[in-house]
Amino acid sequence: MAEPMKIRATMQGDVADVKVLMNHPMETGLRKDAKTGQLVPAHYISTVTAKLNGTVVLEGNMAGGVSKNPYLGFKVKGAKSGDTIEISWEDNKGDKRTDTAKIS
Amino acid sequence: MNALRRNVLKGATGAGAVAVAVAAGLITPTRVLAAAPRAAFDAKGMPDTLKALGISSPADSKDITIKAPDIAENGAVVPVEITSNIPGTSGIAILAEKNAQPLVADFGFTNGAQGFISTRIKMANTSLVRAIVTAGGKTYTAAKEVKVTIGGCGG
Repeated sequence: MAEPMKIRATMQGDVADVKVLMNHPMETGLRKDAKTGQLVPAHYISTVTAKLNGTVVLEGNMAGGVSKNPYLGFKVKGAKSGDTIEISWEDNKGDKRTDTAKIS
Repeated sequence: MNALRRNVLKGATGAGAVAVAVAAGLITPTRVLAAAPRAAFDAKGMPDTLKALGISSPADSKDITIKAPDIAENGAVVPVEITSNIPGTSGIAILAEKNAQPLVADFGFTNGAQGFISTRIKMANTSLVRAIVTAGGKTYTAAKEVKVTIGGCGG
């Protein structure tokens, strides 16, 4: 199963600076296994959603072009210290993961 | 006809429908970019990708800043930071022009999220990293060259 994400959210002035580290192999489906010579099947996060106190602030689509264990940084204006940031992703095999963090 | 081809075709007609819906003003471009058709991610080469995204000729803009290394030693992990100072920025798409599948990721912003995204991408070759920004229904673009010494897409 999917490993938990690491989320760090800090206030910088009136803007929340959110950093997320997801655990995922992010296989493109174009890479060959060095031993068998077979293509490694594609396995990547396809959608990411970020919510601030339950309201969607960021939606993203990704593919195999994003590095393994994807990092994502974004900024949200109007957030407050103590607000909840919720990040969820879903991969192309239907696996899902949701984690939350408080803005400090 | 194999399954993949089928999906691609399905995706392509879907993208067409979206473009029509935008033209008719039924949905805002924010939603469209945030929900970039899956076919755009599978498209090979820049012209096909732009076509799949439904973007014809984005205007060059100096208000987009791309922060990426001049030389990336490891193409598997290239940090890229894109800031758009264009008012009303609602979406940012990241493309690595010479990747087999150039579209890397796209993001849509609402409810106070700023025109900023920071991530790490894979790059097969030395090429331009291109940002396509959607703001107020228009598209803008900027690019920065990143030299890659070891490609990061396998193969």
